[in-house]
Amino acid sequence: MSAITVSGLSKSYGDVVAVNELSFNVEPGEVFALLGPNGAGKSTTLEILEGHRSRDGGTVDVLGRDPEGGNRELLDRIGVVLQEAGIERQLTVREVLEHYGACYSRRLPVDEVLALVGLDGLGDRRTHHLSGGQKRRIDLATGLIGDPDLLFLDEPTTGFDPSARRQAWEVIDGLRSLGKTILLTSHYMDEVEVLADRVLVIVGGRAAATGTPAELRGDASRESLIRTRLPVDESGTAEDLLGSLEGRYSVHNGVLELWTSTPTTDLQYLTTWAVEHGTDLDGLEVSRPTLEDIYLDLTSRAGGGEGTEPRLTHDV
Amino acid sequence: MMSDYSLSSLRLLVRQISYENRLFRRTAIAAFFTLALPLIFLLFFGSIFDDLDVAPGQVVAAVQFYAPGLAVFSAVSATYTNIGIGTAISRDEGILRRIRSTPIPQWVYMGGVVGSGVLIALFGALIMLVVGFGFFGLEMDTGRVPAAVVTFLVGLASFSLLGLALAAVAPSGQSAPALANATILPLALISNVFVVIPDPARWLDIVGNVFPLKPFVEAFYAAFDPFRTGSAWEPVLLVQIAVWGMLGAVVIIRRFQWEPKVGGRSKSFRVRRIR
Repeated sequence: MSAITVSGLSKSYGDVVAVNELSFNVEPGEVFALLGPNGAGKSTTLEILEGHRSRDGGTVDVLGRDPEGGNRELLDRIGVVLQEAGIERQLTVREVLEHYGACYSRRLPVDEVLALVGLDGLGDRRTHHLSGGQKRRIDLATGLIGDPDLLFLDEPTTGFDPSARRQAWEVIDGLRSLGKTILLTSHYMDEVEVLADRVLVIVGGRAAATGTPAELRGDASRESLIRTRLPVDESGTAEDLLGSLEGRYSVHNGVLELWTSTPTTDLQYLTTWAVEHGTDLDGLEVSRPTLEDIYLDLTSRAGGGEGTEPRLTHDV
Repeated sequence: MMSDYSLSSLRLLVRQISYENRLFRRTAIAAFFTLALPLIFLLFFGSIFDDLDVAPGQVVAAVQFYAPGLAVFSAVSATYTNIGIGTAISRDEGILRRIRSTPIPQWVYMGGVVGSGVLIALFGALIMLVVGFGFFGLEMDTGRVPAAVVTFLVGLASFSLLGLALAAVAPSGQSAPALANATILPLALISNVFVVIPDPARWLDIVGNVFPLKPFVEAFYAAFDPFRTGSAWEPVLLVQIAVWGMLGAVVIIRRFQWEPKVGGRSKSFRVRRIR
């Protein structure tokens, strides 16, 4: 049975549609990411799954229960790491964890949780003496103290510096090895690529794409990008070159971009042409689309676009 | 399953109360205003005012008139003011948001806040009465103890609910202290807390009697009143205090919010972003 099953979920605030016919499922032991820009409906979806917000339509099942209306038995089995959730500043880290731990029917030892989130040795520190990154670890620790089957992480590294992000990723990766099911939201492509087994891209409350990061990026048979400064022959143009590329290219600011599923052949063609014309291919590179390329492509397409033609056809 | 949960809820409530007590102990400013300041007033009044001859051969210590009002003021400060300000700040800081994502039932959290406020108020009243009885000749007929205790508890319950209601209507933790003081201090002046206004203007009298502070002071003072005989029950005043508590409960049910109202990611903020 899936840990989470969402089907046709919809939610509007007044006439603003926040979530529109969203469907996905999360399997036990999986790290699943909801990826999307701000205002895409990630947090609303998360709040509905936690039982803090009612839905307008669709069905939701979390650990075999409908979360709507707040369900204490459900909250007992999930851990929630929210953004901007406060901590009592007058207390020590240990006091906070012991207090929140006491409300769960199962709980992990405080020292174990501190080690897990990288706060070893800071248990007796008052929380207001901790740095921002350390406070975020307390958030993670309070989410873990009840030994949850399912962990919700709402933008776990937003506002972190690069090294703090790396460390947080290691912590979250460690949770995966404990077999926890994790649903995280993020608007960072690299984060999702590192952490998630599967990704659902949400734009404007709708599913824009889903799959593993590798599937989203495209498997080995998908197109590569060849990029070079537009070579110029003696006549000042490269008409014959472009003509033979059959419209698979684009030129921006003198840079030729060529999408191809046969990069070896096309490279040979380009280099042969350059040698024959006694010119060079400046800045020649061959790359595969990053998840970021795909994400930007998806969001600009679903968001009405900024004039960008969809290059890729990664169907949902 | 249900009984299992209600049992563990009681255990959680006790934990929550002691948790809130610990927070109070570590907040020096709240301890000063709630416990020390009323005591300083008592020592001050007790030192500057002499005993009064209320009747031929009957001398009453001045604190007999001041201690009940100050005990009530201390109690109101521990409940209405502290609960209202503390809860609004906790909401701003996202502590309520965190609580809501745990299996701690909402009523357990509120019960913890109220229970802690009530215990602190009882502790403050106890100190004040011990000082009054021990050093300033305060007196109370033992037959009036039940009326005094019940009145005090009804007052604490109502002002606790009003404290949560204050947090519910306060736009932010920053504005909560101003709201609390702007409501309770002027009221204290016309509610016989510090001094009894002789022959108050009619409108002052009416305003004082409409709000719950003066009834609380009067009903509690009845147990100390040297001019009075009998057990000192004031049922009408008790009902009046309780009605205010119920009004507070209505406001809590209708308006209380767990998400921060300012900054952060409140719902209205998100909706704006979606647009």
